[in-house]
Amino acid sequence: MLEALGYQFIQNAIIAGVLVSFASGIIGSLIVVNRMVFLAGGIAHTSYGGIGLAIYFGLPLFFGASLFACAAALLMAFVTINQRDKIDLFIGLIWAVGMAVGILLVDLTPGYNVDLMSYLFGSILAVSRDDIRYISLLLGLIVVIVFLFYKELLAVSYDSEYASLRGVNVRFFYTLILVLSALTIVVAIKVVGLILVIALLTIPIYIAEKLSSSLAWMMFLSGIISTLFTLVGLTLSYLYDLTSGATIIMVSALGLTSFLVYDKLKGRQRF
Amino acid sequence: MSAISVQNLTFAYEKQIVLEKISLQVKEKDFLAIIGPNGGGKSTLLKLILGINKIQKGTIKIFEQEPSKKLSLIGYVPQNTNINIDFPIRVIDVVLMGHVPIVNLPKKSFFKKALRWRDEGETACAMGALGQVGMEEYAYKKIGSLSGGQRQRVMIARALCAHPKILLLDEPTASIDVDGQKQIYDLLKVLNKSITIVVVTHDISVVLEYASKVAHINKKLTFHDVSYQANFQKSNGHFCEVEMMQMLGAQKGCSC
Repeated sequence: MLEALGYQFIQNAIIAGVLVSFASGIIGSLIVVNRMVFLAGGIAHTSYGGIGLAIYFGLPLFFGASLFACAAALLMAFVTINQRDKIDLFIGLIWAVGMAVGILLVDLTPGYNVDLMSYLFGSILAVSRDDIRYISLLLGLIVVIVFLFYKELLAVSYDSEYASLRGVNVRFFYTLILVLSALTIVVAIKVVGLILVIALLTIPIYIAEKLSSSLAWMMFLSGIISTLFTLVGLTLSYLYDLTSGATIIMVSALGLTSFLVYDKLKGRQRF
Repeated sequence: MSAISVQNLTFAYEKQIVLEKISLQVKEKDFLAIIGPNGGGKSTLLKLILGINKIQKGTIKIFEQEPSKKLSLIGYVPQNTNINIDFPIRVIDVVLMGHVPIVNLPKKSFFKKALRWRDEGETACAMGALGQVGMEEYAYKKIGSLSGGQRQRVMIARALCAHPKILLLDEPTASIDVDGQKQIYDLLKVLNKSITIVVVTHDISVVLEYASKVAHINKKLTFHDVSYQANFQKSNGHFCEVEMMQMLGAQKGCSC
């Protein structure tokens, strides 16, 4: 077990796992309190279109997928702000079309036989040093933005109507949350894959929400819980030769179940 | 000087007219109750005053100026305070949101403000506002653990945080038990000594006991001064809307 830590790819996987856990803990908290989980799911699946785009044009994967996911996020922000009653229809549409575009672009790429499974279920063991640099950069960006605009993000998330009365540009921050979600989802896809990314953005966050008395605590605690689940999942997947993304999610689900049982049986502690 | 002056206001959603030629003057330190049936346009009028809905026809002035320029003088307590009960936030942090003044913030102090996260002066002010509504001891409790009436008082504290000259409340006692309702209105009565109060309500007894003016809105407006309310002092502690309408000079009425 310990000798595994000597391998570079295992080290990379652990570092990426921790970084993505904190990024998804912070952004997942914003997604959950703003009730944007379905939106985030839409962005996750749409970003497969970006992966197809990157493969077809020979661009770096993170770049292509991020670009596409951001475009999808902006489009969703625009539609959800202006046409609130048609949100689910629109998300469903963009969800499917994004994936279809990705699959077709991969089909059209000459001689490229892509392993779709690695995007659906993640490939944390294939994380490169460059990937880690990109993920660190993104986490840094998220931390700085949340630090500088914490009050505004909190106000918009808690009561957007009141925030706008106090002069907060609600549309801007709503769009900002969606764009940061898109960027985070793309890196989280690398760890758990696009089908499972929603679990990473909700399970640890749900537990943290129950335990926290402030949004900042919820973000931090989500990061910690998510890290725990990711590392345990990673270890189990190494020991028993299982798909890493799916193992991480199952560990999270078990964690959530035990938490809920514990929570029912005993009065809960608050931070 | 009028605190709020509404002239010939007409408003429609799509093609359906909700408010028609509303003219209304609210003087400083008035306690105005706006009553009327559901869908009669009461909340729409509040939202127009606050600038949440855009004015289509007519004018609204707050202390003789455009509402957008005087927003900082208006405190607002929204109708539904039961939203987001699970949100991980403490009472004091909700009240502090009454500040969040990003408008016209000089660039120099922007980073200072952002990096300090919480200003001690602001916290003291928020605690003061909580004191005014009698909720100081709950400052560090999670908002979801409070009762409906307590939460409503926190929302009033949030509005007071910005030191408003006018307080607008939309159905402040809709989801509160009778004792809680009385506490809220007693609180408003105290605040009314220095602040103009406009409250949208279904509760007719409130109008008789607390309001100095009453406006009935059902697309159109009937406006009355109830300073002569002494004549109508509740005889049995109960008034229904029909009696209220009679009092306001409606033609028809029946016993209830």
